[in-house]
Amino acid sequence: MNKMLRIRAAKYQVIALLLVLLLAFPLWSQRAANVYAIKNAKIYTLAEPPIEKGVVVIRDGKIAAVGADLPIPEGAQVIDAVGLEVYPGMFDPITQIGLNEVGAVSATVDTNELGDFNPELIAATAVNPASAHIPVTRASGITEVISAPGVGGFDSQSSGIIAGQASAFNLAGWTMGEMQINPSVAMVLNWPSIQTSSFDFSTFSMKEKPYEDAKKEYDKSVNQLSDWLTRARHYAQAKEKGSLDLFVRDLKLEALVPVVEGKLPVLVMADEARDIRNAINFCTKQNLKMILASGAESWKVKDLLKEKKIPVILGPTERLPEQDDTAYDKPMTQPSELNAAGIQFAFSSFGTSFSRRLPQYAGTAVGYGLSHDEALKAVMLNAAQIFGLADQLGTIEPGKLANLIVTTGDPLEIQTEVRYLFIKGQLTSTDNRHKHLYEQYRKRLAPAR
Amino acid sequence: MKVRILLALILFVTFAPPCVRAQGYSVQTNNAILIQNATILTITHGNIEHGSILIRDGKIAAVGTDVKASDGAIVIDAKGQYVMPGIIDCHSHIAVDGSVNEGSVSVSSMANIADVLNPDDISIYDDLSGGVTTANILHGSANPIGGQTIVIKLRWGKPASELPFQGALPGIKFALGENPKRSNFTPPPGVEPRYPATRMGVEETIREAFIEAGEYKKQWDDYSRKKAAGDQNLLPPRRNEKLEPLVEVMEGKRYVHAHCYRADEILTLIRVANEFGFKVRTFQHVLEGYKIADEIAASGAGGSTFSDWWAYKMEAFDAIPYNAALMTERGVVVSVNSDDAEEARHLNQEAAKSMKYGGLSANEALKLVTLNPAIQLGIDNRVGSIDVGKDADLAIFNRDPLSVYAVVQKTLIDGQVYFDREKDIAARPALGKEKQDLLAKEKRASEEKKASDKLDATPEKKPDQRKKHPQNSEDNAAAGAGGGR
Repeated sequence: MNKMLRIRAAKYQVIALLLVLLLAFPLWSQRAANVYAIKNAKIYTLAEPPIEKGVVVIRDGKIAAVGADLPIPEGAQVIDAVGLEVYPGMFDPITQIGLNEVGAVSATVDTNELGDFNPELIAATAVNPASAHIPVTRASGITEVISAPGVGGFDSQSSGIIAGQASAFNLAGWTMGEMQINPSVAMVLNWPSIQTSSFDFSTFSMKEKPYEDAKKEYDKSVNQLSDWLTRARHYAQAKEKGSLDLFVRDLKLEALVPVVEGKLPVLVMADEARDIRNAINFCTKQNLKMILASGAESWKVKDLLKEKKIPVILGPTERLPEQDDTAYDKPMTQPSELNAAGIQFAFSSFGTSFSRRLPQYAGTAVGYGLSHDEALKAVMLNAAQIFGLADQLGTIEPGKLANLIVTTGDPLEIQTEVRYLFIKGQLTSTDNRHKHLYEQYRKRLAPAR
Repeated sequence: MKVRILLALILFVTFAPPCVRAQGYSVQTNNAILIQNATILTITHGNIEHGSILIRDGKIAAVGTDVKASDGAIVIDAKGQYVMPGIIDCHSHIAVDGSVNEGSVSVSSMANIADVLNPDDISIYDDLSGGVTTANILHGSANPIGGQTIVIKLRWGKPASELPFQGALPGIKFALGENPKRSNFTPPPGVEPRYPATRMGVEETIREAFIEAGEYKKQWDDYSRKKAAGDQNLLPPRRNEKLEPLVEVMEGKRYVHAHCYRADEILTLIRVANEFGFKVRTFQHVLEGYKIADEIAASGAGGSTFSDWWAYKMEAFDAIPYNAALMTERGVVVSVNSDDAEEARHLNQEAAKSMKYGGLSANEALKLVTLNPAIQLGIDNRVGSIDVGKDADLAIFNRDPLSVYAVVQKTLIDGQVYFDREKDIAARPALGKEKQDLLAKEKRASEEKKASDKLDATPEKKPDQRKKHPQNSEDNAAAGAGGGR
């Protein structure tokens, strides 16, 4: 090989190397730069009035900047969102996502532990990051959820009195470590209702019970609950005085300490007015920080909720009224009533497969009198405030976690689509099991046409 | 009596009868209603802006932009509102007294939902409030061949005898998969598990029943033939209430509504139906229908499905919200149903999901809860669209019913207003007061009873004394007589 040829070969090698680098660069930059800019979008920050045509800059998982006239950072991956709208991602604050895959198949369900008092259990421990529900749910614009143990929803039964700790996590990530927002945001308390009738599976019918018997059972449960809290206080006192070495470590009491100290809220599941009142009185007496959950008859207890400043995580607006003589539209008008009374609330699905109906529940409340602004807050911001996560979530403001959605329009409308989805500042796929099956079987059917 | 039931009864008394009674009995004028200024979603011939509908004798008499009210017609001004055909729910269990499942046997075709209609079920009113006017009331899914079914109109306030949709063919419920094989139910202690426990057994149960029904049919055919030929020495075969409905199925006089989930079991039933010469009218739920949409279309069956329910059991794990749209695309007549008194209240919203998932047009989406279920139930000559001559079953919304924000204002059946949101709201204070008065009265009565029980209690607690001293009647015991003995 002569010198000339060698030089030429070397030149080609350099060119080839440059080409490879050039081709590889965009891929590499996408992975490492982690900077996105969404431009030309109408932005609903939920902190300030909407920006008609603005830019959101996302850097390293966080919102870096938002405004009408912002420079696009160099190297940012740009999404031109002409005609699209940007909102904070939706937050479904009570679900069984990751704990419940197929409702009727117990092997796939980890919602309900045996025993009535399990404060040491933490939902995040059992959340399956590979659950098919996660991509399905986020495709509808829900970017983060709380999964709660022992809570009854459409596809599960409630169980236990203290059922364990509810965990907040993002709907994207390979492991819980990556997804986790806060593994312990509340202690689930299924308030022991005075139940005079219950469903009897052996006869498949309702079984009546005298009030006195039901009250006796109720008193017994509440006494047990008080007893646990008393013991947790003693445990905390012992710990404070440094005498814990005299105790055997008790996971249950240890888990209850932040509850009795008023640091960890109790998420109290109750629907009937009588139960809600009893629970509020109990929590007041015990100095517990209470969040009411489900709350079908909150409208009957407005004064007390307002006075004690207790927020409500409302169950689906699309449910039947509690009593036959309740107004037919009460579940739909209740959100606007609570709002008018100055009670803070958030919408929730209480489900797994129904989590994607969250915007529908909020939209329905708008039809029955709630303002659209309040409805947006009640699916995006309020839950974050109620669970003490608003420093990270709920609005589009610099420094917050970049959980946001880019939609074709009003996110509460049924026909609106989520075009782009950001979770922890990552552009996240809206692909899911349902889209795959649709495409797969559409192919099977196509040739026959 | 529940207050909300009273409420609707009152609505009926204060609103409907004045249209009929107060102005006499002249059919010409008094039964006429004009709904005007509305956007009319006809389903069959487009949308009409600023349109009117004239209703006479419970039927749609005219539809258009230049429809004039006859003298004395009641005018409903629907300015800015939307009128669509009354919603038809092809899978419902409302208005049933007690359990919908006769689950003790594998073939319960002798049981009939029509025998246990309960006109006082508050769910009727609830569903009216969502614009539902007609519902297919089905037996449960505990058996491969379940009970007989009936189509009703939601005529709240009328007796059970006036609920059935006159002229609609009766049906029968079939069920495949997990429910008839009882995989999600544990029999109570001491109760033997019931056959079948597999999809194989479900198929066999249905075939066995039709073999039996075929023989029974032959007995009757033979008898009829001989009788027609003049044979005098004949005893008719013994009637069999289990097999009669199955013979009706084979003769096309009764529709089969088959609960199903998985694609394979749907194909199985199509095969069995072909073997015995009957048709499946609708596949219900049919969550995997999208996988075999062409086969379902070829069988002539309709598909009645959920909008987006999934994963609540194993056979619902492949359910997709595109199901309705994909089956529609392949030529299946599809409806979206509720199977639930609550879900029925927003079937308009559920229908809208098929626009997002699978790209149906607005009119196709509305068909899923109007004309298509009407076709599936064989009543499309009567309901399901806004056409002259059809029953005046209408739902009036304050905005486009495919929007999540739309709220039903009025629901009409046979030209009568059965639900009126304004009047419902207006009636609430009086009903609240009535409830309080009743509660107070009840409290007084129970206090009085308590007081008299207390007085009665003394002698009752001393039965021996009373025996010994028969003069201690309750009266004088109460007065203190006979004391101190």
